[in-house]
Amino acid sequence: MKGLKVRDLQVEIRSGERRLVPVDGVGFEVAANECVALLGESGCGKSLTALALMRLLPEGADIAQGTAELDGIDMLALPEREMRRVRGGRLAMIFQEPMTSLNPVLTIGQQIEEALTAHGDASQPGIKHQARELMTAVGLPPERLAAYPFQLSGGQRQRALIAMMLAGDPEVLIADEPTTALDVTVQAQILALLKQLQQQRGMGLLLITHDLDVARDMADRVAVMYAGQIVEWASRETLYQSPFHPYTQRLFQVLPAISRRGQRLAQIPGNVPGPEVRLEGCRFSGRCLRVMDRCRQETPAWRQLSPDHGVRCHLADGVDPMAAPVAAPAPSETSASPSAGEGAAKATGPVLALQGLAVHFPVRTGLLRRTTDVVKAVDGVDLEVHQGETVALVGESGCGKTTLARAALRLLEPTSGRLELLGRDIRQLEGEALRRQRAAMQIVFQDPFSSLNPRMRVGEILEEGMRALRPELSGQQRAAGLARLLEQVGLPQDVVGRYPHEFSGGQRQRIAIARALAVGPALMVLDEPTSALDVSVQAQILNLLADLQRQQGLAYLFITHNLSVVGYLAHRVAVMYRGRLVETGPAAELLTRPGHPYTRLLLGSVPGRGLPETPASVPGGQAAAPGGGCAFAPRCPQMRRECLEEQPALRELAPGRQAACLFPLV
Amino acid sequence: MSAYLLRRLAYALPILLGVNLLTFALFFMVNTPDDMARLHLGVKRVTPEAIENWKAARGYDKPLFLNVQASGSGVLTDTIFFEKSLAMFAFEFGQADDGRDIGNEIRTRMWPSLAIALPTFVIGLLVNISVALILVFFRHSYVEWTGVVLAVAMMSISGLFYIIAGQYLFAKVWALAPISGYQDGFNAARFVWLPVLVGVVGGLGAGARWYRTLFLEEAGKDYVRTARAKGLSEARVLFRHILKNGMVPILTGAVAVFPLLFMGSLILESFFGIPGLGSYTIDAINAQDFAIVRAMVFLGAVLYILGLILTDLSYTLVDPRVRLK
Ligand SMILES: Nc1ncnc2c1ncn2[C@@H]1O[C@H](COP(=O)(O)OP(=O)(O)OP(=O)(O)O)[C@@H](O)[C@H]1O
Ligand code: SF4
Ligand code: SF4
Ligand SMILES: [Mg+2]
Repeated sequence: MKGLKVRDLQVEIRSGERRLVPVDGVGFEVAANECVALLGESGCGKSLTALALMRLLPEGADIAQGTAELDGIDMLALPEREMRRVRGGRLAMIFQEPMTSLNPVLTIGQQIEEALTAHGDASQPGIKHQARELMTAVGLPPERLAAYPFQLSGGQRQRALIAMMLAGDPEVLIADEPTTALDVTVQAQILALLKQLQQQRGMGLLLITHDLDVARDMADRVAVMYAGQIVEWASRETLYQSPFHPYTQRLFQVLPAISRRGQRLAQIPGNVPGPEVRLEGCRFSGRCLRVMDRCRQETPAWRQLSPDHGVRCHLADGVDPMAAPVAAPAPSETSASPSAGEGAAKATGPVLALQGLAVHFPVRTGLLRRTTDVVKAVDGVDLEVHQGETVALVGESGCGKTTLARAALRLLEPTSGRLELLGRDIRQLEGEALRRQRAAMQIVFQDPFSSLNPRMRVGEILEEGMRALRPELSGQQRAAGLARLLEQVGLPQDVVGRYPHEFSGGQRQRIAIARALAVGPALMVLDEPTSALDVSVQAQILNLLADLQRQQGLAYLFITHNLSVVGYLAHRVAVMYRGRLVETGPAAELLTRPGHPYTRLLLGSVPGRGLPETPASVPGGQAAAPGGGCAFAPRCPQMRRECLEEQPALRELAPGRQAACLFPLV
Repeated sequence: MSAYLLRRLAYALPILLGVNLLTFALFFMVNTPDDMARLHLGVKRVTPEAIENWKAARGYDKPLFLNVQASGSGVLTDTIFFEKSLAMFAFEFGQADDGRDIGNEIRTRMWPSLAIALPTFVIGLLVNISVALILVFFRHSYVEWTGVVLAVAMMSISGLFYIIAGQYLFAKVWALAPISGYQDGFNAARFVWLPVLVGVVGGLGAGARWYRTLFLEEAGKDYVRTARAKGLSEARVLFRHILKNGMVPILTGAVAVFPLLFMGSLILESFFGIPGLGSYTIDAINAQDFAIVRAMVFLGAVLYILGLILTDLSYTLVDPRVRLK
C-alpha cells in the first residue's frame, strides 16, 4: 500500500524509576490522497504519536515498540542519517504554534530555501523560483519571502510553515492542531488550503485535532484516541452517523450547539486521565455510563465491527458485525436551562449599561514621546445586560472584546462614555465607593492555570474576596458562605485546604467561578471561560453556569470566539469588529439569519458545515483602517461604492435587532 | 535612529551627574580635605598651617559648593565641586599626589591595558562559544558530562591560581615568556601572550557554562523542532538556527562590557607588572591617592553607561524584531 501504516506504536517516558506509557499500542493507516483525523482530547497522546512518527520525540521520551511503514519501509527502524532524508521529504509535519514555530531571526525565504536545499540539489536560481512557487501555492504573495516571521499574522505564518513543509514534496503530511491558535475565519482558510493541497498533490494528510467539527469537514477516516489508545477507527460517515464506542458517542452529546438550546448538556463525569493514571481494564471505565463488571478487570481487545470500523470496547463482543450499531443512550435530561426563557426578565432596569463607551490607547513616538496617534481599541459601544440574561460578545482576536470587558468593570479607565451598574454611574466613583461597587461585578478569566494565586489555599482564595468586598460578614458567616459556595460549584468541602496546582483545569475554573460568586455579584463577565478546557469538561462548566444563572438571576457578559457555545447559551449576541459593535440581536435570530456581512462571514467559518469555497488569503482582522467608510469594507463581499464614503451606524433591522451596515442582509 | 541615540544620551546625563555627586560626597564630605591632609602628613605633630598648605597646594582649600567671597560666576565655579568633580566631565582629572597629571597618565596607560584586555576578551569570547557549542552538540553524552564537570571545577578555582600556575610553568620552568613587565611596540607581544592566556583560561569555566545554558535554552524552542522536521542535519540546526538566535544575547552582553576593557584588569596587571589602568588603580588604592581613585570611579561609570547604550544599539542591529520596528 502506498501511504503510511502504523502498527502497535508505543511511546514510553522514563523518569527515574517511573515508566509512563502515554502512547500505548496505537495503529492506523493513511493512504495516499486521503485525510485521516486523529481525534482526541488534550493529553491523550496525539502529539507524541505524531512526533514519534517523525522521530522527533522530546528528550526523555522514546519509542518502545511498533512499526511505521511508509511504502513498506519501516521508518522507526531507519538509521538517523536516512531518517533525516525522510523528514521534511517524504514525511513532513506542521505544528500547532505558528507564533513560535518559525525562526525569528531568519526571513521566510531563507527558511523555505533551506528546506528546498535539504531535499533537492537544484541550483540557486532554481531554488529561488521554487520558493516563489511554494509561496503562491499556499496563498502568500512571493514578495513576502523577504519578511521576517514577526511581520506576518498568525494565519500567514501558518501558511509559511506549510510552504516549508511542502518543499520536499511529502507523501504524507502530519498537521498537529494546525489551526487551534487561529481565529475561526483564518482557521477556515487554512483548513481549506490544506484540503486543497492534499487533493492536488495526492498527498496523505494526518490531521491531529481535538475538534469534532474540524474532523468532520476534513477527514475521510477518523481515529478516536483516548488515554494513549485508539478506541474507535472508522470512515467519517460511519463514525458521525453511528459511533459505537461509548466515549465517541458521549463526545458528540457534550457538544454545545444552537440545536441544544434550552437543554442541559450531557456530561462525561471526571477528567481525561493523564499517562500517570492507568486504570485496570478499560481506560474509560471510570467515566463510562455503560460500564460492566468485566470492564474493570479485563482490557478490551480491538474488535473489527466491519472492514472499515473497529473499536476497543467489551460491548462489541457478541455484536453481530453486520447488525445495526447499538443505539446511543438517551441524549440528555431536558431540564430547563435559562436559555429556555428567551429574553429573560427585564422588569428591573439593566444590570450593566454602556453608552458610547470608548477606550483609546495613545501611541507615543519621537524624542519627546508625543502622542502621535491613538489606537481605538473600543470606539463608542452601547450595550445593556439585564438580570438573568446572557449577552455574548463575539469577534476575532484583537477586535477589543477583552478591553471592553475590562473597561466595563473599571479595571481599565475608559476614555469617554457612560458606565452604569445597577442604575448607578460608576465612572465617577473612586476609592472606597468604587470598591464597594466591585462586589456587584466579577470576572472569570480564560486561563484557569494562571488566574489563581498558586501560593494560596483554595479556602483563602475564596475568603479573600469576601473579606475585602463584604467586610460586614463575621468569620462564622464567611465559613458558612464558603461551604455553600463549594456546594454550588460542585466541589467537595475538603478542597479548602488544598492549593490550586492540585486541581485539573475544569476544577480550577470551578474555583475561579466560586471566587467570583463569593462576593454576591449581580454581573459576571466571563472571558473565554471554557476555551482552555476539554470539550467533555466544557460541558460541565457550561451546565454549571446555566444552573447558577437560573438560581441566582445572574447577568452574564460572555466573551467567546466559539459560536457553538454562543448558540447554546446566549440570549443576545453582540458582534464586535475593530472596536465597534456591528450587529446586536437575539441569539436565535442573529445566528440563523445574520444581518451584517461580517456576522455571516464568522458563521460561515464555523467548522462542521463544509469548507468555504475560496482558500485564498483575505486581509486579516486588523487590516489598515480605510479613509472614513465602513471598517469592514476591505473584507466585505457585499461592498459597494457608497460603503467607502460613510461609516454606517447601528440601525434597527427589526425590533431588538440592529446592524451597522448600509446594505444589511435582512 | 539618531533621535533614539540622542534620547539615550540625554537619559545618561542625569545618571552621570548623580554618579558625580555621589563620588564627590564620598570623597570630600564623608572624608573631608582635612582628613586627607592629616592622612598624608601623618597624624602626629601636624600644624594647622601644614594642613592649610597641603590643601592649598591641591586646591582643596576652597568651599565645597558655594564660594560667597568670590564674585560673579566664581560663586559657583571657584569651588571644590566645580573644579574637582564637574571638571571630570571635560576629562580634567587634576593631579595625583605625586604631582603628575591624571588625565595624561590615563591616556598613556590605557594602551597597555587594552593590549591585554582586548585579546583576552575577543579570544575568550570565541573560545567560550566554541566550547559551549561542542558541549551542546554532544549533549547527553560523556563529552558533555565531562565538559560540564570540568567547567564547574575550573570556575571554582581562584583566579590567582591560574596566574601563579601560568607564571610558574611558562615563565619559570619552561622560560617561554618573561614573568612580568611590559615594553611598547612590537616587543609588547612577548609580554602580553601569557597574561592573555591566563585570562582566557581563567574565564573559560564560567563563560562556557553560561553560553551552554543559553544555547540549550534555544535548543528547546519550537522553531528548532521545525528545523529538524525539515530534515536538516544536526550541525546545520546548531549553526544556522541555535547559534544565530543564541548569539543575540551573547553579542549584546559582550557589547555591554566592551567599553570597560579600557579600564584593564586589576589583578592580571598587578601580577604581570603591566603599566596599565588596572595596576594604576590598585596602586592608587594602596597609596590612598583619592584623586586617582575618584577619577577611575567616574571613568568606570561613564564607560558602563556607554556599554548600556551600545547594548541597546546592538540589539537594533542583530535582532530584526527590534531593527525593523
Ligand atoms: N516530555 C514529556 N515528559 C513527560 N510527560 C510528557 C512529555 N510530553 C508529553 N507528556 C505527557 O504525555 C501525555 C500525552 O501528551 P501529548 O502531547 O501527546 O498529548 P496531546 O494529545 O497532543 O494533547 P494536546 O491536545 O493538549 O496537544 C500528556 O499527559 C503529557 O503530559
Ligand atoms: S469496555 Fe466497558 S467501560 Fe470501556 S468503553 Fe466499553 S463499556 Fe465502557
Ligand atoms: S456597509 Fe458596505 S462594506 Fe460595510 S458591511 Fe455593509 S455592505 Fe459591507
Ligand atoms: Mg498536542
